[in-house]
Amino acid sequence: MPLSLNVRAVIVSLIFLVAFIGLWHLGTLPDEAKKAYADPAYAALMGGATPAKSGIPSPGMVWHTAVTNLSNPFYNNGPNDKGVGLQLGYSLGRVLIGFFLAILIGVPLGFVIGMSPLMRKALNPYIQIMKPISPLAWMPLALYTIKDASFSSIFVIFISSIWPILINTAHGVSSVRQDWLNVARTLEVNPIRTAFRVILPAAAPTILTGMRISMGIAWLVIVAAEMLVGGTGIGYYVWNAWNNLDLSNVIFAIFVIGAVGMLLDMILGVVAKLVTYQE
Amino acid sequence: MSQPFLKVEGLKKVFPGVEGGAGVTVFEDIHFGFEKGEFVCIIGHSGCGKSTILNVLAGLDSASAGNVFMNGREVSGPSLDRGVVFQSHALMPWLTVNQNVAFAVTSRWPEWSRERVHAQCSKYLELVGLGHALNKKPHQLSGGMKQRVGIARAFAIEPKMLLMDEPFGALDALTRGVIQDELVRICSATQQTVFMITHDVDEAILLADKIVLMSNGPQAKIAEIVENPLARPRMRAIIHHEPDFYPLRNHLVDFLVTRSKRIAEGHLPDDYDPMHPPLVRPVAADEPRVAAVG
Repeated sequence: MPLSLNVRAVIVSLIFLVAFIGLWHLGTLPDEAKKAYADPAYAALMGGATPAKSGIPSPGMVWHTAVTNLSNPFYNNGPNDKGVGLQLGYSLGRVLIGFFLAILIGVPLGFVIGMSPLMRKALNPYIQIMKPISPLAWMPLALYTIKDASFSSIFVIFISSIWPILINTAHGVSSVRQDWLNVARTLEVNPIRTAFRVILPAAAPTILTGMRISMGIAWLVIVAAEMLVGGTGIGYYVWNAWNNLDLSNVIFAIFVIGAVGMLLDMILGVVAKLVTYQE
Repeated sequence: MSQPFLKVEGLKKVFPGVEGGAGVTVFEDIHFGFEKGEFVCIIGHSGCGKSTILNVLAGLDSASAGNVFMNGREVSGPSLDRGVVFQSHALMPWLTVNQNVAFAVTSRWPEWSRERVHAQCSKYLELVGLGHALNKKPHQLSGGMKQRVGIARAFAIEPKMLLMDEPFGALDALTRGVIQDELVRICSATQQTVFMITHDVDEAILLADKIVLMSNGPQAKIAEIVENPLARPRMRAIIHHEPDFYPLRNHLVDFLVTRSKRIAEGHLPDDYDPMHPPLVRPVAADEPRVAAVG
């Protein structure tokens, strides 16, 4: 009996995974020749470590780092030694605050732009010029005016995630079917009720798409922002590991960032499914 | 002379021309009226402005000139007094059948309790034969069922006048027949005043007491108003055996095929008065007679 597409896809996925880890493992095997010629004094200077330690870590070493870190993710031994869970918490907190601020401003403003052709034309030049600015370019200005690294990161998240929300909300609102608006008009429904009972549910799938894009961008940006301002967060965790030349922690953090990003997208995917309607 | 229930006076619509060019007058000098409880159909070719007239009556569109009065009061903007059945059913796909009707009912009577709203929705959905589909989403329904929900929604707010823009245009002939029968039944039970656009001559004969014939656009006019000589209740199964059926049907088809075009070319009767379009009552064994002008 032929296997179902899903089963076959899982098998192919696993083959890729094994191949990737195998190649990685082969590529990071200790180099016998180098080991022989290594200067013992240099080796001692490096803390008596094996030469492989300063190279790209092997999958086993990263696995070991992951197990160690995840078995105690929330320890706090001072500014430069916090558990990965704690650092993720800081990053997630900033992303969520910035993201919800962007929703708070972006959705109502998007409504106004979507409903009023005048406002759309008037605000379009500003949106077009603000949208392509790298969010990190705001960082110096944010640090100078806000004078707080954490709030500056939140601001940067806010400014990077507001545009997709704003633009998608405006698009969703302006393309609500005229028929549905006419139904509301013939029923003498007041504008507030029309906004919440007709336009919002009609535009919700488009708005959620904007939120998903925003969340993706926010999660990309937070790592860079935290590398820049330092202190706490998963971005700082990566940078701190790099400063300690602890590459297996860097690689571990990369996987964690990917996994959390995927999780955030999945959560918004579930919400999007709830508000999606079939015509 | 007392005012009719609905009165249309000198209605005119000009659509703006492209890039500042001269506008196009779709129709002008439209005068007609009808009484409470009457079922009126308007027939004409595409582009004569039927839909625009209906939208003006609904308050969704505004005329370039002229007025509409209902019950002696001028129509300006949409109102719960005029229920609209849209051609594309216009159900909200994120609401269930019951919620779609409830949205209209709570808009009409915001003070009603949940139970009362539900009772009203069920009553009208059962009237159109959808009592079993209350909790279905529109996409789970066939085209005919969706249109029935649209009709139930319009009836449920108990409007003084019902406006229908080709409600059965997108349905197959069998489904259309079934829903027409339901509409006949509901309208005679509720004494509903209806103004309906149709392309279907047989539909107009079955449903309408008065049929407004429009000449081709642009500058469309009301060519004449035909009184249906077939008495209510008209039954689809036997209506075509009535002696007056074919004279009426032939009169309407002749109009659509030849006369609507000739009138648009300027061949109007000498005594044509747009304020009082000729009232015609085609009957058997006789040429169409011009009846007393209302």
